Amino acid sequence: MKELAVKNKLGIAILMLPIWVALYLSLDWITRIIVYSFLSLPEDEHLTKAIYFFIFEVPKVLLLLTLIVFVVGIIRTYFSPEKTRAALEGKPLFVGNIMASSLGIVTPFCSCSAIPLFLGFVEAGIPLGVTFSFLIAAPMINEVAIVLLFGLFGWETALLYVSTGLIIAISAGWVIGKLKMERYVEDWVYKIKTDHTAVEEEHLTFGDRIDRGVEAIKDVVGKVWLYIMIGIAVGAGVHGFVPENFMASIMGKDVWWSVPLSVLIGIPMYSNAAGIIPIVQALIGKGASLGTALAFMMSVIGLSLPEMIILKKVLKIQLIAAFAGIVGIGIMIVGYIFNFIY
Amino acid sequence: MNIKVLGPGCNNCKTLESRTVEALKALNITATIEKVVNYADIATYGIMRTPGLVIDGKVVVQGHVPTVEKIKEILLGSV
Repeated sequence: MKELAVKNKLGIAILMLPIWVALYLSLDWITRIIVYSFLSLPEDEHLTKAIYFFIFEVPKVLLLLTLIVFVVGIIRTYFSPEKTRAALEGKPLFVGNIMASSLGIVTPFCSCSAIPLFLGFVEAGIPLGVTFSFLIAAPMINEVAIVLLFGLFGWETALLYVSTGLIIAISAGWVIGKLKMERYVEDWVYKIKTDHTAVEEEHLTFGDRIDRGVEAIKDVVGKVWLYIMIGIAVGAGVHGFVPENFMASIMGKDVWWSVPLSVLIGIPMYSNAAGIIPIVQALIGKGASLGTALAFMMSVIGLSLPEMIILKKVLKIQLIAAFAGIVGIGIMIVGYIFNFIY
Repeated sequence: MNIKVLGPGCNNCKTLESRTVEALKALNITATIEKVVNYADIATYGIMRTPGLVIDGKVVVQGHVPTVEKIKEILLGSV
């Protein structure tokens, strides 16, 4: 019986793939029919362009997101914080930082689990700097951000975001390690005694893994679809109605203060990350520079005020300030470099 | 049966608790459900992902919210 259920689930998943591809490839055609034939809007008008953008981009991004979240959801079942922790144990600082940042991308993580994970790492004797590399990479480099960047900006920008994000996580963690800030971790953290016998290794069938993928779709897409729609609607408005070069004087590459300001504004905007990327994409078309836009998005996604407040339970304020400051400086360097290159 | 729901009070923890109550009701099992919200107490169970479900001292779920059906299976396996 169990065998059959697994085959059915796998069958359904495989059956959905051609439907997905057909839908994705015909989006342009469907949008044309809706905009020009069904709504019979006049071509080359601002409103038509805005509506076209919205009707085309929303299903495109949601389709991409559903597929990627499903696949990532399955991949993540092969990883766990326990395995990641075991892999990091005893690794020297720099190697540990690289591994922790990379594992941060694939290990299942949500900001509500930041504390249990931190405690688990400390208990196993993982150096503070290595732990921070994980805590920086895990939220910053996530599938929602990658899908939105890929769907709206193209693969080059998505790759740029992932690689610079990794470099920031590695180097910021390394710096925090070098600063020897262990005494700024709350004292009770070091006193926790864990009962390691309570947790049993999970044994998942492939059917279970598919279930987790579906769970991930419900969880992630259910959480962000509205923000994405609003973001793309605002972005469509910007595309259609904001004059060219409008942003050049605020987010342009020649405005030196635009990078630090973008990082500062980005910190309290975490919950709307999915909605902010489409708006930023539209602003780039209006004279905002790539470096400034990248810095802003990294700050929105990677430096979140709610997470800092959560971390306050285990870290003293000096360490949180060092963490935010070092990551913030890293993001600014990335912003300036890309403003300089492009 | 002693059941504990581990989690600081995020949405997933609340969902896990309500689904566990539902599963218990459907199976006619009486059990005490305790909520463990303190991070230090959660950590003593050795989990690094919330929410967690502990039945009679054993961690049976961590880091995701199973369906009611799945929780029923887990409960039946622990009786």
